[in-house]
Amino acid sequence: MLRDITFGQYIETKSPIHKADPRVKMVLLILVVVLIFLAQSMYGLLLSLAFVSMVVLVTKIPLKTYLKNLKAVLPIILLTSIINMFYGDNDSGVLLEVWKLTITYGGLYRAVFMALRIVLLIIVSSSLTYTTTPNDLTDGIEHLLSPLKFIGLKSAVHTLALMMTIALRFIPTLVEEAEKIMNAQKARGADLESGSIIERIKALIPILIPLLISSVRRAYELAEAMECRCYNGGEGKTRMKQLKLTSVDFKIMAVTLIYGVAVVLINIIL
Amino acid sequence: MDNIIEVRNAVYEYVDEDVVKRAVDNVSFSIERGSFTVILGHNGSGKSTLAKLLNGLLKPTDGDIFVDGINTKDEETEIEVKRKVGMVFQNPDNQLVASVVEEDVAFGPENLGLHPSVIRKRVDDALNSVGMYEYRESTPHRLSGGQKQRIAIAGIIAMEPSCLILDEPTAMLDPKGRKEIVSTLRKLNKEKGITVVLITHYMEEAEKADRVMVMNDGVIIDDNTPKEIFKKVEVLKSVGLSVPQTTELLYALKQNGFNISTDVLSVEETANAIAYCLEEE
Ligand SMILES: Nc1ncnc2c1ncn2[C@@H]1O[C@H](COP(=O)(O)OP(=O)(O)OP(=O)(O)O)[C@@H](O)[C@H]1O
Ligand SMILES: [Mg+2]
Repeated sequence: MLRDITFGQYIETKSPIHKADPRVKMVLLILVVVLIFLAQSMYGLLLSLAFVSMVVLVTKIPLKTYLKNLKAVLPIILLTSIINMFYGDNDSGVLLEVWKLTITYGGLYRAVFMALRIVLLIIVSSSLTYTTTPNDLTDGIEHLLSPLKFIGLKSAVHTLALMMTIALRFIPTLVEEAEKIMNAQKARGADLESGSIIERIKALIPILIPLLISSVRRAYELAEAMECRCYNGGEGKTRMKQLKLTSVDFKIMAVTLIYGVAVVLINIIL
Repeated sequence: MDNIIEVRNAVYEYVDEDVVKRAVDNVSFSIERGSFTVILGHNGSGKSTLAKLLNGLLKPTDGDIFVDGINTKDEETEIEVKRKVGMVFQNPDNQLVASVVEEDVAFGPENLGLHPSVIRKRVDDALNSVGMYEYRESTPHRLSGGQKQRIAIAGIIAMEPSCLILDEPTAMLDPKGRKEIVSTLRKLNKEKGITVVLITHYMEEAEKADRVMVMNDGVIIDDNTPKEIFKKVEVLKSVGLSVPQTTELLYALKQNGFNISTDVLSVEETANAIAYCLEEE
């Protein structure tokens, strides 16, 4: 159960978006997030809704899965909406007056608008992690940051990418080890599930310390193994996997661009 | 004779605060190119230290080690030595860097700065030679111990070393995994001509080697063919090593007055030897 953490949220459905280049997906995601913020009018927001719905359909991942991600941020959505409700201008007509607080129609509109915007942002961001494996994300980040090489940050970019790769590789191993240690401590009568918070935190110490010691040992052995594989800080390193843009990437770019132009036009006209 | 590794009066001392521990004590030998050598020895006899000396991971405190004529002490040729002498360790989990098999195997060649298409070819070849090609897109933590260790071997093979040193690669594996590794090594040795130095404490793994070295307390106390080595049951026992069960049986029979040859290893040969001996009686 715990072990599947490595795969992040990736769901294989073999959609065109799955096949797209991770760099393209990441850049476009940033663009779309900006556009959703730019869409200040109702038409702009409806257009964004249409665009995001299309993304959901193309990924072939059920809407239910996307909505699951919303659960965690539901309190934030509610809080933002409620706060916004009280900030409408009073000219738009009073809907409700409770004690010293007034809710206007304008406020209600704002609340719905804000909630929808957050929902769209979360859904469109999930579409990246649902359709891209953590490894591809790492590759994409490394390539996107590669211009930093020209300002003397070459080894920083390389080190960051290697750190992410190794972290992804070791998460399942360490989770497995943590499970083993937990079972071993439980077999010796350790009680991890009951008691006050302080007691439970105390009960974790006999699990964390062996885990820490073994991680240090692993790190030491890994460093030796990497040295044996001619690792020298990434100088002169090449990559087997070369990212290449395909027709899918150009199609996705074109559609997003059309959406972007439309949002900007709506903003200018209205 | 063409030697890939040459060890001359090598000494290695660990210094821990004021305590000096001599783990390798004035050892000299050479490894012939294309040979299959097994190094046996009980815990703490200095096997791992010796292995790390052979590919320059450790530098000898005294004496010299040459790989293809290059002294491992030379700073400039450090990478060259590691490329020629690849090393596989005990725990496969702590040797793999990437969470996709083929990307892990590519790590070594990528560090060598090879062209992407050359890396691709080497990765495919290496995975084929350890029989893991169809797993190239899997993730290592879903594989068995023996499979992970074969990936670790592929990661080294992809750098095309002349010599492969393995430090107890089977210690953490089940019997099936152990067999996989030993047969993979034999295949690499026979088909690709890669020199293999296998460190182990499992006697059975030494049976088909060209040569067996026995280490005890930092020195090599015996260096011979497996058959000759296993004849010396007493010596092996005195340094805390167990001999194969077949050898033990034949040895016991001989001690009890049977006229039986003790220089056979496999179960079949042993059965024949016993049958022959009984006919004689
Ligand atoms: N880093 C170290 N610092 C101090 N002493 C060490 C260190 N590493 C090993 N030793 C000592 O050197 C000796 C040889 O160790 P080495 O690891 O080479 O033996 P080994 O034959 O590989 O044993 P094993 O079968 O346990 O792997 C041992 O006595 C050990 O205690
Ligand atoms: Mg050892």
